Amino acid sequence: MMAWRAAHGGRVDRSRPIEFSFDGRSYRGLAGDTLASALLANGVHLLGRSFKYHRPRGLLSAGSEEPNALVTVARDAARSAPNLRATQVEIYDGLRAHSQNRWPSLAWDLGSVSNWLAPLFPAGFYYKTFMWPRFAWHRWYEPRIRAAAGLGRAPVGADPDGYAQRFAHCDVLVIGAGAAGLAAAAAAARSGARVILCDEQAEMGGGLLDEPAAKIDGVNSAAWLKATIGQLGLQANVTLLPRTTAFGYFPHNMLGLCERLSDHLDAPPPDLPRERLWQVRAREVVLASGAIERPLVFPGNDRPGVMLASAARSYLNRYGVRVGSRAVVLAGSDAAYAAALDLQVGGVAVSAIADVRPEPSAPALAAARTAGIRVIQGATVLATAGRLRIRNVTLGTVRPGGTIGRGEILACDALLMSGGFTPSIHLHSQSRGKLLWREAERFFVPGATAERERSAGAARGLDGLGAALEDGTQAGLAAAAACGFRGSATPPLVATNELSSRGAPGALPQPGHAAPAKAFVDWQNDVTSRDLELAMREGFSSIEHIKRYTTTGMATDQGKTSGLNALGIVAHGSARAVPEVGLTTFRMPYTPVSFGVLAGYDRGQQFDPVRRTPMHDWASARGAVFEDVGMWKRARYFPQGAEDMHAAVARECRSVRGACGLFDASTLGKIEVVGPGATEFMNRMYVNNWTSLAPGRARYGVLLRDDGFIYDDGVVARLADDRYHVTTTTGGAARVLQLMEDYRQSEWPELKVWLTSTTEQWAVIAVQGPRARDVIAPLVAGVDLSAGALAHMSVARGTICGAPLLLFRVSFSGELGFEINVPADNGTAVWEAVYAAGQSHGITPYGTEAMHVLRAEKGFIIVGQDTDGTVTPDDVGLAWAIGKAKPDFLGKRSLARPAMRAPGRKQLVGLLSVDRSRLLEEGAQVVANAGQTPPMQIIGHVTSAYASPTLGHPIALAMVADGRARVGQTLFVPMPGGDIAVEVTSPVFYDREGAHLNG
Amino acid sequence: MLLIHCPYCGPRPELEFSYGGEAHIARPSPPESVSADDWVAFLYLRANRRGLQAERWRHVRGCARFFNALRDTTTDQFLATYRCGEPRPDGGGSASP
Repeated sequence: MMAWRAAHGGRVDRSRPIEFSFDGRSYRGLAGDTLASALLANGVHLLGRSFKYHRPRGLLSAGSEEPNALVTVARDAARSAPNLRATQVEIYDGLRAHSQNRWPSLAWDLGSVSNWLAPLFPAGFYYKTFMWPRFAWHRWYEPRIRAAAGLGRAPVGADPDGYAQRFAHCDVLVIGAGAAGLAAAAAAARSGARVILCDEQAEMGGGLLDEPAAKIDGVNSAAWLKATIGQLGLQANVTLLPRTTAFGYFPHNMLGLCERLSDHLDAPPPDLPRERLWQVRAREVVLASGAIERPLVFPGNDRPGVMLASAARSYLNRYGVRVGSRAVVLAGSDAAYAAALDLQVGGVAVSAIADVRPEPSAPALAAARTAGIRVIQGATVLATAGRLRIRNVTLGTVRPGGTIGRGEILACDALLMSGGFTPSIHLHSQSRGKLLWREAERFFVPGATAERERSAGAARGLDGLGAALEDGTQAGLAAAAACGFRGSATPPLVATNELSSRGAPGALPQPGHAAPAKAFVDWQNDVTSRDLELAMREGFSSIEHIKRYTTTGMATDQGKTSGLNALGIVAHGSARAVPEVGLTTFRMPYTPVSFGVLAGYDRGQQFDPVRRTPMHDWASARGAVFEDVGMWKRARYFPQGAEDMHAAVARECRSVRGACGLFDASTLGKIEVVGPGATEFMNRMYVNNWTSLAPGRARYGVLLRDDGFIYDDGVVARLADDRYHVTTTTGGAARVLQLMEDYRQSEWPELKVWLTSTTEQWAVIAVQGPRARDVIAPLVAGVDLSAGALAHMSVARGTICGAPLLLFRVSFSGELGFEINVPADNGTAVWEAVYAAGQSHGITPYGTEAMHVLRAEKGFIIVGQDTDGTVTPDDVGLAWAIGKAKPDFLGKRSLARPAMRAPGRKQLVGLLSVDRSRLLEEGAQVVANAGQTPPMQIIGHVTSAYASPTLGHPIALAMVADGRARVGQTLFVPMPGGDIAVEVTSPVFYDREGAHLNG
Repeated sequence: MLLIHCPYCGPRPELEFSYGGEAHIARPSPPESVSADDWVAFLYLRANRRGLQAERWRHVRGCARFFNALRDTTTDQFLATYRCGEPRPDGGGSASP
């Protein structure tokens, strides 16, 4: 069973076997295994099917750059995470993993027919084919292409896991806990800086975990790691974050880190979040993100068993797993020799090292010779064979002059390749740092920085453990010094015989273009070197265009293994230098991040806060149907028995007109404007004249912006010489206060005036209807409610049910009305008292829908419904509100512009269908003549339309060009069923004289 | 997320702030004194500079005050933040409040 596990070695815990399953089959691994290493230990190399061609795929890598081995790990139906890299999944007892993008099974996948149809699917095939018939793209082709090409399935149920979020600050954030990162963190911490060190792997150490033979400061690497990490863990100024990926570099040195907390546990505690988002603001950042080995590009380079040399080395040295029994090593870099040497010692027969470089390095050749490994120089690869696992490789020989000859066929079950290492410059690039091309090493390294960051070690192209430790130490000291911490540290000393990690990107030479086999550049998106060549032949020259056309580098791995090879091929094919071809932008996230951790606490109830009025529970208990107005929940209507909305609203309206209604108006915005400059401030803000308003009186205020268009409205009461109680629309409260503050602070700082939002301090209980006075009279103390003492548009202080009372005599219904303002905590008690007192008068609670009908019957506008940001006071018949003698107010200058007075402006009117039976549709257009065909001559639109229980027929408000001059005319509302003839009327349908209101 | 130095409270994360558009756009006073064209320019015309731009921010979830800032729109780096009424620290643009 465990034939591929070496007898000893590796960092796995051989005393702790772990049972898990893959595609329903049970396997045994060891604690410390990833899913990838555990499957390899069981001889399983086939882990997935490719995105486009459904080709069998195995592991390419051992790290987060893995493009092939994407799996779904499912705890249950809702806890199912697709597209996880098997190289990053830690196994636990009972883990269930599944392969993706195959049917009916991984070994026999019907979708692989697309591999044989591949000539039909070249790069950009969807731009060229499937063009006919036109409708079929959406209905037929696209759904099927999407079903055939793919990744894992998103879980169906809601995510039951919790996710945490945390803001953090530190002096030095170190990304990557390999040799350079550990050295940097240690040096910075010793200087006294607050340090956060994060690493994407479960165990810190990075590439050092693959180097058991290295000696640092006289001890082996494992002992050095243990001591170094242990020491960091003891320091109070250090936070260690393993299993934490730095996925995004945001402006001003804020980095997003995703910490995985429970995915590796067999039984996570229920209160443990699955992941935690860290938003870290760092004064200095050290990027020690290491380097990623490049594959070589040759035909058939994607068969299971074809793997990066460093990955094979990692599986052996870190997990004690042999990736095969007989390996051929393809060397585009000395690093391949290091792998070959280790594998041979570890019990893998290395048939040969095929060196693809013109000039192999002398130390590498010497090392191979000493180990007795055969080296084939001047090699290339012409083909590989094997259906679900590589069986052999056909080498070619590059003759002097560049012609290619056929070489020998070597049997193997593992083909290990190294094209050299590419520095991981993703985060530096995300931070808008510049990149430099190094022609000698043939890779990009970080150039000028835009943020407070520096790269260290392999991430900036340094080669070797000693250099990484030295550079990390210096970077840590420099970062700490930049934060004001002076310290010193000696870089750890290294004794190791290292081989270079340098290589050259591009494709291996091939004899002409005859071979049909695919040489993959981008494994995850199935992009081959021929796709890139095709794109160039078709005229694409910029790498940004080639990327979009071929999709190279666009998969979730963001081109970690493919980017530089693609550039090398394009540069070679177009005879340009790599920097001339350019480099595509590295996008965040570095590796995919779950939606859950980004959403964090902002889910369900916390997604959008809900605002409830003090009387909410009363309405809820009475069966009110609520509607959302901004964040508020407002009672829309109170159905009784089997009533629908129409019936309930009609009953509520009739009660208000005939007896008395009770309405919760608490959501109205309320702003107190106070101070010696209050009247002047109000005069400048609102169109009205406030100087003439006596304390104890109220006025309907209209607020414009400086562009002259209506912004908000509401009743404003003058409570005292220097105190105004301003009400706003429910949805406009915040923006009105923002506008007021803007002018107060920025334009008129000399005015002594203070603005305070009091919206939530007051419960507002509107009592409306002919019996309103009779209902509240027994409850109110200290206020003379008579029409003479408290006229319409008045305000008085008193008490009600023992609570302090601010009583407005106002009406938005057109009936006699009062608005009882009491402190919010008294709201429900007073409401219940009013309701009880009103029983003998037929009091009826009503909601926003009836309120809308009642106000429309009176022709009262609602800002934002009847107005749309292009409407002046005169357009809606409110010119009377403007204080004509005032020198200035917001919008005054704009109202004087000729266009604001030009004929043809839309004006508020009423519309009644000629037969009095048709309810118009809000938003419907209005035309002057019947029988028009598009494009019609539109002269207006319907803004409000309701069935009016009071009038017994539907009514509508509309904005119509020169509407007031058209009263009496017949216009038409074109609808799908034909034109509706409408009569233009005054917008006031009920009680034009205001007799009810002033009663 | 930007780190913004409120001149009253110190450095705070961007989510405590709201953006207020271009700074140093003086409201003509009295408004009647300007031509319709100048008034329209005041209402609607704003620079959208590539590079250093003076703009208004409000620490709306903090001290609630408006202030001005010089920000490089290509790098998002702030050169300075300063109180309303103070001139541009770099001496550029119009110095009106």
